[in-house]
Amino acid sequence: MKPTRWHQWLLIGLGLAVAAVLLVLPLALIFAQALSGGWDLLMANLDERYMRHAIGLTLLATVLTVPVNLVFGILLAWCVTHYDFLGRRLLITLVEIPYAVSPVVAGLCYLVVYSVESAVGGWLSEHGIQVIFAWPGIVLVTIFVTSPYVARVLIPLMQTQGTDEEYAALTLGANGWQIFTRITLPNIKWALLNGVVLTNARAVGEFGAVAVVSGTIMNQTLTLPLLVEQLNNDYKTAAAFTAASLLACMALVTLVLKSVMEWRAQQREVRAPARQG
Amino acid sequence: MSSARSLTPAVSRARRHWFFRQHPVMPGFGLSFGFSTLYVSLIILFPISALFVYLSDMSPAQYWHAITDARVVASYRVTLTGAFYASLLTAVIGLLLAWIIARYRFPGRRLLDALVDLPFALPTAVAGLTLAVLLAPGGWVGQFFTPFGIRIAYDFPGLLIAMTFTSLPFVVRTVQPVLQDADTECEEASRTLGASEFQTFWRITLPGIVPALITGTSQAFIRSLGEFGAVIMIAGNMPFRTEVSSLMIFVRLQEFEYPAASAIASVILLASLTLLFVLQVVQGRLFPWQRVAR
Repeated sequence: MKPTRWHQWLLIGLGLAVAAVLLVLPLALIFAQALSGGWDLLMANLDERYMRHAIGLTLLATVLTVPVNLVFGILLAWCVTHYDFLGRRLLITLVEIPYAVSPVVAGLCYLVVYSVESAVGGWLSEHGIQVIFAWPGIVLVTIFVTSPYVARVLIPLMQTQGTDEEYAALTLGANGWQIFTRITLPNIKWALLNGVVLTNARAVGEFGAVAVVSGTIMNQTLTLPLLVEQLNNDYKTAAAFTAASLLACMALVTLVLKSVMEWRAQQREVRAPARQG
Repeated sequence: MSSARSLTPAVSRARRHWFFRQHPVMPGFGLSFGFSTLYVSLIILFPISALFVYLSDMSPAQYWHAITDARVVASYRVTLTGAFYASLLTAVIGLLLAWIIARYRFPGRRLLDALVDLPFALPTAVAGLTLAVLLAPGGWVGQFFTPFGIRIAYDFPGLLIAMTFTSLPFVVRTVQPVLQDADTECEEASRTLGASEFQTFWRITLPGIVPALITGTSQAFIRSLGEFGAVIMIAGNMPFRTEVSSLMIFVRLQEFEYPAASAIASVILLASLTLLFVLQVVQGRLFPWQRVAR
């Protein structure tokens, strides 16, 4: 509804003011700081060896994490929405754990399991695989931290959509793969993309868990968020904000994609009843 | 697929199966259940249980000493009070934003709707650094508070702002759909019967959104308890005053006191797992419609 009374405009004004200070100003500040030394300095900072290495490592962790968690999210959501079995609720709760646990605690758990002194880590290092203070550890904790996102988006959607169409396909003789690709996937594709975007954003930006297992070795185990902190600690503020602005660009792209996908999902909801009727 | 034989009708089964409440008809149970449980066990449960195995090497006295160190206890207090006040702040701001986005049409509404997710999209370390520079004594916003002797960045208020920022979407995104779906008929009836705007909100609207508000605020609280990246960049990290428990673990790790770090981590882990399970039970029992509403 259109606001008509003065107190409604007051609420809107208040909300916009809070949003401006809390959400808009920080974004503006990142880009203002990154550009404060001029365009050439920004480009020079971006071209530094440590910056390019951090970008590469962050991309590697994300590219490995997202597909794995995508597959897991789909299978888990399918499992808890299509079957009713003992421990179904428990399984849903267990997946929420990475959401509730402090990332530092998560990182520490992985540190304990895969450090060279432990049984698993010792066995791996005998076979020449170093997990902790190396990129495999970073990938593993990123997988842990981002594992619930796809499932969390899919489960409520699959619950509300129900399974009628899928059962219809089953009675018509479709096999499991056909049901999934022809019926389920078209119904969930926007939510699925939304989950991927969220997973991606968290994977790129994870700080606490990665900080514990990375050992912060320059040019070896520094991801972009860790680099931001490292540069800031070294009082290289301009360089820190250069890395920060890259991450902020990623965040903006995420927001745009998320809005578009939510809009598409709404369109589907609006169209769906008309199609049935 | 192996589960093709599960197509045989389950009606004849009089006795309830010990595992399936409903016999699986849809193919793919083996694959999806097997992979999910394997993944959950390997990625989530195994490392967490390993932490407790590691702790079993410590004597009870060592463990107790590690988790009741004065600086550590102070960090629990800082984390709890910080998360508590931050969740209250988040609840108020989140309710305000959810309300105006859901109920009014004004210029910039869609932009605001999209921007609410910024704290989820922006890496926490970047958020912390930016808020710190913004609220520092000479910063864009901080300069207005300096004449009054109020320190925001590198002190407790900064910690609150960081926690509020990172947990804001939880409240907005749980309350907003409820406000959007709610019927406005009752509110209109209340107004025609002569209730003021405030009375209508307090007596009619608020009771309807309380479950969502509680859910969102508890999620914000759990998130604030574990927040690390944003907090350490802005809080100043003074022992006994603005040092949070997550940072305490990190400090112990840097001193190579792995057992002490694990002990503190186990306390935080148990606390957050308890909160998570309580929240799940409360959500399931008291507000069953919540699960479908999202």
